[in-house]
Amino acid sequence: MNLLHYGLAMRGIVGRELLRFLHQRERFVSALVRPLVWLFVFAAGFRAALGIAISPPYETYILYEVYITPGLIGMIQLFNGMQSSLSMVYDREMGSMRMLMVCPLPRWFLLISKLIAGTAVSILQAYAFLGIAWLYDIRAPLMGYVWILPALLLSGLMLGALGLLLSSLIRQLENFAGVMNFVIFPVFFMSTALYPLWKIKESSEWLYWLAQYNPFSQAVELIRFALYQQFNQFGFLTTAIAFVLFMSLAILGYNPSRGMMVRKGGGGE
Amino acid sequence: MIALTVDKLSFAYGSKQALDNVSFSVASGECAILLGPNGAGKSTLFSLITRLYDSREGQIALCGFNLKQHSRQALAKLGVVFQQTTLDPDLSVTQNLRYHAALHGIGSKAADIRIQDELERLNMFERRHEKVRQLNGGHKRRVEIARALLHKPSLLLLDEPTVGLDMPSREAIVSHVHDLVRHQQLAVLWATHLIDEIAADDSVILLHRGKIQAQGQLPALLANSGCDNVEHLFKHYTQGVGR
Repeated sequence: MNLLHYGLAMRGIVGRELLRFLHQRERFVSALVRPLVWLFVFAAGFRAALGIAISPPYETYILYEVYITPGLIGMIQLFNGMQSSLSMVYDREMGSMRMLMVCPLPRWFLLISKLIAGTAVSILQAYAFLGIAWLYDIRAPLMGYVWILPALLLSGLMLGALGLLLSSLIRQLENFAGVMNFVIFPVFFMSTALYPLWKIKESSEWLYWLAQYNPFSQAVELIRFALYQQFNQFGFLTTAIAFVLFMSLAILGYNPSRGMMVRKGGGGE
Repeated sequence: MIALTVDKLSFAYGSKQALDNVSFSVASGECAILLGPNGAGKSTLFSLITRLYDSREGQIALCGFNLKQHSRQALAKLGVVFQQTTLDPDLSVTQNLRYHAALHGIGSKAADIRIQDELERLNMFERRHEKVRQLNGGHKRRVEIARALLHKPSLLLLDEPTVGLDMPSREAIVSHVHDLVRHQQLAVLWATHLIDEIAADDSVILLHRGKIQAQGQLPALLANSGCDNVEHLFKHYTQGVGR
């Protein structure tokens, strides 16, 4: 076992995920359609109803479409994280996840490789979305598209780790649909993806606190600030801490001695 | 050399005992048939040998490496074909095999040579560029066997690999695996409930309700039980027929 083995394995796992992504064009299209509908339909409708005051990182009045663009990138990564975990539940039921787990590498490394693979796909989707938004005249400073890369990496890892954690807790695919509803909708709507914090505070104090400490909110803020070449320290710390926490729990969940899979059984006989 | 040692292995899902004090071994050049009806504990045993999860009681060793303490060295010796197809249907045969080679730390050039060798032996080389989705069940199984052998394991685990296949495909797989045992000294643990897949020189481990009911060379088991064929032997231990 050496570094070369680790490198080959990670390249294999990431390469496979990218190949699958390229082969499944409908997955790519559907990943883009969702945020584009929000951008072109929802945001266009809300533009008149919702005024956005000047607040960092914005230095002038902005259109609502501009405001929700980072939130929609977060949405892409959130859905991608959930879809990756859905595929892991499916893989585990169908057996191909077992093939991965049988290979002679530490399980934490395999999980991190899977996570990086999923994050790479989500970053491609995010840039494709930003490209279409550019054509729609929603543009950030050019360097913002470079600054955003590390932010996308961290937020993708955090949301992917959340998906991994969920997949370790769920035994059957049927249970996953319910969890998607109980995770995606609350996480997305109780965040700054669609409305700024001050706007949320105007309507509900408790919702404001939930949104403030929702790791998804902070991932979105990290992306928002990065897009305008600014570093959001609180967003970075919250996202990084949430990533470490979710990933640690996911590794524990997949531990052959202690994980949920042991207690719930592998199915079969 | 002993390729697989299972020693006093027990496992329970909550209060349900799935395996109870199971002990056996498989040597190089031996094909051991794990025979048992549905619910006998075969899949649980395979999950423990592949370290999907750990047992709290008993030990498993592969080629002398304890599975808990030296899991990576132990798993490097293991090739597996699971009951359900585990190939990626959207990738080609070669892409699937390259992925597996990468997981085992085999570089691209070496992988391509081994892929060619294994696919040629299974008469699948000409289909190497086809997507797995386009293959029939028998061909998928051949690819899975090629994949399981790609990293040159010492022990091959087969979890009911012929279920759902037509007779020619089943016969081809049974024949190929027995050839590997004879000519490459591979150790094989083959879980099945299809008793016609057992060859005369195979050893048999008969598992029922989580316990080993009988184990040994087939002729000796038949002689000791007074049964005249495998089907009778199977019923003898699982349904009490002849007792």
